[in-house]
Amino acid sequence: MSKSVGQSVKRVDAFEKATGRAKYTDDLCDRSALVVRLVHSTVAHGMVTAIDTREAEQVPGVVKILTCFDVPNIPFPTAGHPWSTDPHHQDVADRLLMNRHVRYYGDEVAAVVAENEVAAAQAARLVKVSYEEYPFVLDVQKAMEPGAPQIHEEYPGNILAHTQIRNGNYEEAIKEPGLIKVEGWYDTPTVQHCHIENHICTAYMEAGRITVTSSTQIPHIVRRVCGQALGIPWGKVRIIKPYIGGGFGNKQDALYEPLCAWITTQVGGRLVKIDCSREETFVSNRVRHAIRTHIISWVRPDGTFAARKIECFSNQGAYASHGHGVVAKGMGAFPQIYPCPNVEGDAWSVFTNKPAAGAMRGYGIPQAMWAGESHIDDVARALGREPMEYRYQIVMPKGYRDEFSKNENYYDTFRQVMDKGRAALDYDRKRQAYAGQTGPVRRGVGMALFWYNTAVWPISLESSSCRMVLNQDGSIQVQTGETEIGQGCDTAYAQMAADAVGIPFEDVHVVSTQDTDITPFGTGAYASRQTYIGGFSIRQTGQMLKERILTYAQELTRQMRSDLDVIDGKIVRITDGRELMTLGELATEALYSLEHSQHITAESTYQIKNNAYSFGCTFAEVEVDIPMCKVKLLNIVNVHDCGKLINPALAEAQVHGGMSMGIGYGLSEQLLFDEKTGRPLNNNLLDYKLSTFMDHPNLQALFVENPEPTNPYGTKALGEPPACSPAPAIRNAILNATGVAMNDAPMTPHALFARFKEEGLL
Amino acid sequence: MSKQYKVIHCTINGKEVEQPVDVRASLTDMLRNDFRLTSVKKGCEVGECGACNVIIDGECYNSCLYLAVWADGKNIRTLEGLMGPDGELSDIQQAFIDEAAIQCGFCTPGFIMTAVEILESGKEYTDDELRKLLSGHLCRCTGYENILRAVKKTMLRRLGKA
Ligand code: FES
Ligand code: FES
Repeated sequence: MSKSVGQSVKRVDAFEKATGRAKYTDDLCDRSALVVRLVHSTVAHGMVTAIDTREAEQVPGVVKILTCFDVPNIPFPTAGHPWSTDPHHQDVADRLLMNRHVRYYGDEVAAVVAENEVAAAQAARLVKVSYEEYPFVLDVQKAMEPGAPQIHEEYPGNILAHTQIRNGNYEEAIKEPGLIKVEGWYDTPTVQHCHIENHICTAYMEAGRITVTSSTQIPHIVRRVCGQALGIPWGKVRIIKPYIGGGFGNKQDALYEPLCAWITTQVGGRLVKIDCSREETFVSNRVRHAIRTHIISWVRPDGTFAARKIECFSNQGAYASHGHGVVAKGMGAFPQIYPCPNVEGDAWSVFTNKPAAGAMRGYGIPQAMWAGESHIDDVARALGREPMEYRYQIVMPKGYRDEFSKNENYYDTFRQVMDKGRAALDYDRKRQAYAGQTGPVRRGVGMALFWYNTAVWPISLESSSCRMVLNQDGSIQVQTGETEIGQGCDTAYAQMAADAVGIPFEDVHVVSTQDTDITPFGTGAYASRQTYIGGFSIRQTGQMLKERILTYAQELTRQMRSDLDVIDGKIVRITDGRELMTLGELATEALYSLEHSQHITAESTYQIKNNAYSFGCTFAEVEVDIPMCKVKLLNIVNVHDCGKLINPALAEAQVHGGMSMGIGYGLSEQLLFDEKTGRPLNNNLLDYKLSTFMDHPNLQALFVENPEPTNPYGTKALGEPPACSPAPAIRNAILNATGVAMNDAPMTPHALFARFKEEGLL
Repeated sequence: MSKQYKVIHCTINGKEVEQPVDVRASLTDMLRNDFRLTSVKKGCEVGECGACNVIIDGECYNSCLYLAVWADGKNIRTLEGLMGPDGELSDIQQAFIDEAAIQCGFCTPGFIMTAVEILESGKEYTDDELRKLLSGHLCRCTGYENILRAVKKTMLRRLGKA
């Protein structure tokens, strides 16, 4: 059956992208567009008391200036979650299109609409905003203290949400005699997605409706949010999503689409464009939650856990966005990866006057693995055990089942990925060779595991819809609501569709653009769901299409339906393998037949009530120059079990990208803020240190392919997982090299200097 | 014509052109807006990401930092100029496809133009040298690994070594 799936076919969009013909949002925008420049708050917390636009309006070319005093008073949510019909599960609606109560340095307070960029920029500088300043708070735990500045009236103590895990009886369990207590605090920074295409959107009106073209991961969700924000029926909004230059979760939020949609209504429906600068993207889009984690493990001398406790403090920033879902997902991983009967967990999402934190590749798991996997090395050290070997003892066993998600660990994957990773890095030999180093430059090896839950069921809706249309030549168009954002899902879908229908890969034309007027409903790219979730509706719709083809073939060939099949684009009589006609001949006949004309199409929705553990690990080798406080990453290997690979070459490429992001997370990336003003300090690509070509060694991506039994193609999450374990693996390698445990990411020279001094190495 | 505009003459992808430009406009703006050469991408507009990279008189420049008026008399090449007359891909474009060096594709045009500069030097570089030569570009999708493979493979091929 499987002919295309599993092959490293070339990306369906590679030619367009290699030639510069692929059109992104700005490439599609007509030059007549009015340009919008946003005026951002220059205080971290306060109330806008007045906005003087008189001088700005004098700039030639200015069309209109809109402010936070003009916007509809409709609070709306922005998170790219499926809508919940249960009001208790709906996302927090806590912002207006522009806000008088500004809650971070960078909040939008006014929008200048002008005929060109120069006029818009000039006028934006001339808009005078007066504030009543309020005290502000940036630190997550300080924001929880009594008397801290209050950021949202409805959330006393700034606590957006607090959830708990109470498994067994922690308090009783820790009374067991002979337990060793291992405790640590682990901190992660505010980082940004840094997709190379900044967020951009355009909007105009046509026939009383608003059309928005946007660099988004979630067109159907953005349509709903625009409708909510403007207080108009959702059908009045049409969203078009062309090629996008990366997303990584930032564009899994309604960003400026609602504002853009509203602005066009204020200028007579003319085409308007909001094109974020890099500086705006860093601060006024979304960031990754900085999460501070406190873990206590009570361990028996044999290494087993008697009880464990975890507390997570998640810096939500100024607005709820994805809210508590992120830290809840992170904390939820804790009791499962190293099962323990007595676990107490608490997670808080806390508003601060930092940029709003939303979804970012890994959705709480990179933070959770930073804390959890660093901690496991600390436990191993307390026990005098080798940390990898220790993990073999305690990690989630084969057959483990989570009662909430009904996920099951069908294979002994954790141990399989470790087997592969240690061999690839030559870990065992190096671990021995690097014991007892004393010089100024030392080497070390370390590793970390992760697990990641594919898709969002049972927390939220999981469904996918697909449409297939047969052309006269026997080729098909395939459409889904799931979006290509660079990860390669269009190609994977073409492979799946080819196999589902029984036609060559080249005969599948995936419609890459989503247009909510035309594309079947789908919630979009997030939660590493595309390949897993899309696979269901593609298989189902492919089978429906094939059924219709064969029913028609029975009519044409007078052979029994059950004796026919579509194989490689031909109608084949399976009793003797004879090719009776090509699919193209059938399709042409079906369409133009004077007896029985039929346009053969299929469309269906599949609701998924499963998800799947995706597993893996990172092995890293570092060289630490102690006097220079510098870490050089010498080798790094990721091993993944994401089920069966749909396209090995693209899977490998995707792992590279995630590893790169994970390396930056561990070693260099951090959005910094001025403590005195809350102003961002390094919101540009020069001062914010994401990994460059020079910052990593060759990246090695390996796979263990255990087919996922719940999915028709045996696949599961891969998009986010590669970013989950590199940082703690590097941390543990530094620990191995120097004996110094770095508990706060990123491990910059500054941070290493402080710790090396503390530990007497300097 | 007001002082704000100036007419420039230059060659773009082999074709001589004459164009009035706003003296404040960047070459990125001119190429994208006036010539619709949309392979020239904008990722920062301050010279940090390399997405807007084009070749001017044989040398790579971030066109966002290069005023359109400076292009007067220059020979400019963008990704659109790499294809053969019948739509054949150049070897380096094909290598980016073959090595899965393209994901979202937004950094791709800029990278390929730097690769062209590297390849046209006719020199053989080590991996470390290639990394350095390519380090003016940021990519968030690929981890640079397959981009390195694509450039290296094409370099060795052109040198008759692979
Ligand atoms: S857009 Fe020119 S370097 Fe980034
Ligand atoms: S392929 Fe997306 S930034 Fe390079």
